[in-house]
Amino acid sequence: MRESSQPLAGLRKRIVRLAVTDGPTSRQAGGWLASGHAGFDAALGGGLAIGKTHEFFAADALDATSAAAFAALMALRTPGKAPLIWLRTSDAGKRTGYIYAPGIAELGGNPDRLLLVEASDPKMLLACANDAIRCAGSAAVIVESWGKFPLFDLTAGRRLALGARDAGTTLLMLRLNAVPVPSVAETRWSVAAAASRELEANAPGAPAFDLELLRWRAGPAGERWRLDWNHDENRFGEPALSGALLPVSARRAAVSHGAAAA
Amino acid sequence: MPLADARAQVPRLITVQHDPVADHAWLDRLALGCNRYTPLVALDAPDGLILDIAGAEHLFDAEAGLVADAEMRLSRLGMTMRHALGPTADAARALARYQTRPAPDEASAIRRLPVVALELEPEATTALVRAGLKTIGDLASRPMANIAARFGAGAAMALRRILGDAPSPLDPRIAPPPVAVERRFAEPLASTAHATKVLAELADEAFADLLERGKGGRHFRATFFRSDGLARSIDIETGHATRDTGLVMRLFAERMDGLADPLDPGFGFDMIRLAVPRLDPLGATQLKLEGGEVREAAMGELVDRMTTRLGRGRVKKLIAADTHIPEQAQLALPAIDALSLAPWIAPEPGEPPTRPFHLFDPPQPIEVIAEVPDGPPQRFRWRRAFHAVRRYEGPERIAAEWWRRRDNGGLTRDYYRVEDVHGRRYWLFRHGLYDEKPDPRWYIHGVFA
Repeated sequence: MRESSQPLAGLRKRIVRLAVTDGPTSRQAGGWLASGHAGFDAALGGGLAIGKTHEFFAADALDATSAAAFAALMALRTPGKAPLIWLRTSDAGKRTGYIYAPGIAELGGNPDRLLLVEASDPKMLLACANDAIRCAGSAAVIVESWGKFPLFDLTAGRRLALGARDAGTTLLMLRLNAVPVPSVAETRWSVAAAASRELEANAPGAPAFDLELLRWRAGPAGERWRLDWNHDENRFGEPALSGALLPVSARRAAVSHGAAAA
Repeated sequence: MPLADARAQVPRLITVQHDPVADHAWLDRLALGCNRYTPLVALDAPDGLILDIAGAEHLFDAEAGLVADAEMRLSRLGMTMRHALGPTADAARALARYQTRPAPDEASAIRRLPVVALELEPEATTALVRAGLKTIGDLASRPMANIAARFGAGAAMALRRILGDAPSPLDPRIAPPPVAVERRFAEPLASTAHATKVLAELADEAFADLLERGKGGRHFRATFFRSDGLARSIDIETGHATRDTGLVMRLFAERMDGLADPLDPGFGFDMIRLAVPRLDPLGATQLKLEGGEVREAAMGELVDRMTTRLGRGRVKKLIAADTHIPEQAQLALPAIDALSLAPWIAPEPGEPPTRPFHLFDPPQPIEVIAEVPDGPPQRFRWRRAFHAVRRYEGPERIAAEWWRRRDNGGLTRDYYRVEDVHGRRYWLFRHGLYDEKPDPRWYIHGVFA
């Protein structure tokens, strides 16, 4: 069909331009939040892309702390003093616990970089997230939600993703006690606590995480990792093998509910 | 007298260098103290203070009471004082400094003052004395025109001031007033939008003033006065001193949008005032080439905006507190004015963290099955689910502060770091030792990463 009107043609051109700039080709703009674990970073082409949205689902409601700590450590292991903006609703402290700075300090993070924002309800949470994501200069913005988050639909997600792209900030959506639903996130993860390497006298060791890549817009999903956090070297690493652990297959064919939803 | 002569006469003379700056600073402090008598205190350097006590003396039992009070307080500071009261500042000053003979009333006291009290040039004073004019009274009885012609206009002016014929204004030492600009309207403003526009203009005016002072505002208060007599104040605060009209107006808009009962013009606003009660130094800023300054400013602006929208207590920074009680080891302070002072405890190399990532406050009660009464937990029930412990470390014994431990105020806690069969790590404690309490309860205090 011939373009009958000038404005329509202009709009079409704009859509094409938007689609191009939002594609995987524009990813080199910001760089990556790397984990420090060679295999993990290599598989993702460098780590979690900056200027994008990444979703972390707690595999179980009880894994909320593991998911939160993984997202926070990914952001806090970046050098510098850039603040990590952490938005949560005011009831989150009672539910999953208050963020405890001495614990973060013992993980090697700098709690002075934390900027905690408590919104009164999910609507306000989203409004603040929109403001925070448009403010360049943060290490990352963590938005913590509990349960279904109907306000965070495709439109809201798209708005946040565009804000993150324009400002070059990274949005880490922390979805606790929630089931993955379609979204515009660049990557979607399921995080669970993993058994730690045993220390002397049967003591629990360094924090360990079970990660599953549920969805990745720029590549294949389904890969799993088990990482443990090394606070001396400020990076994630391969957990030392212990007899009690089951071997984890590098790529499982199993279709998880997350992959199905994407 | 030269110092050598003085030393010869008094061998144990204590000498101190003259320090005019310190003297002035001391005089300034005394002036500040005199604000208790009247707000209008002027410095008469190097060693005098002039107080305008009109309308303030009755608070101290008339003039005599005020003088007695001032004498008492200054003598406590080791100062000796000469004072005089006069109808004008110059008359009082001349009386205090040059009065030698008592007089029945103020007017005759002034007339009996020597001509030195005019504080003219030495030649002029000598000329007056040689002409036989020894007192102010002698001079005042001559026609003013003759005095001006012979001894200069300055002599005539000084004479008129001492006599009270010419005004002798005070230059009171008053703290610079905080910035406040206001606008009155002959016809009340009926629309909030228009009022906001006026507020932006007022902000421009205030910032022009602040720029001259080298200051920026940290706290702004807009007061809308309604024509029916009601007034409504709206306050905003910023984390850093600012002179940016756009930023301040955005914060005001944010606050006005969030008001539970919106700004109601009623029959209209007839006055709008913008006050800046809190000022901080703010020099002109030089921007970095790579934009670092801009980024920090953007982050500060974000904090301000969210603080305005959500409230001071909801945008927080965590500050270390120096205590071993876990729930008191951090303070969540408003980010808008938080400064980190105490350092955080650095992690032990090679050791897993001993403090959790998430802390429950208050701790949540759990049911625990332990092998032996004061042993580590084997299974525990939390949130209606059982967790089997596979690994544990502990106990780490944390007792209340010693001043609380007496009279059974605080119980000792035995903390265990445990890992369940799913690999989740928890921080549990038994509240009380068995010899402190018959059946101590168990609590979960946090979750590790």
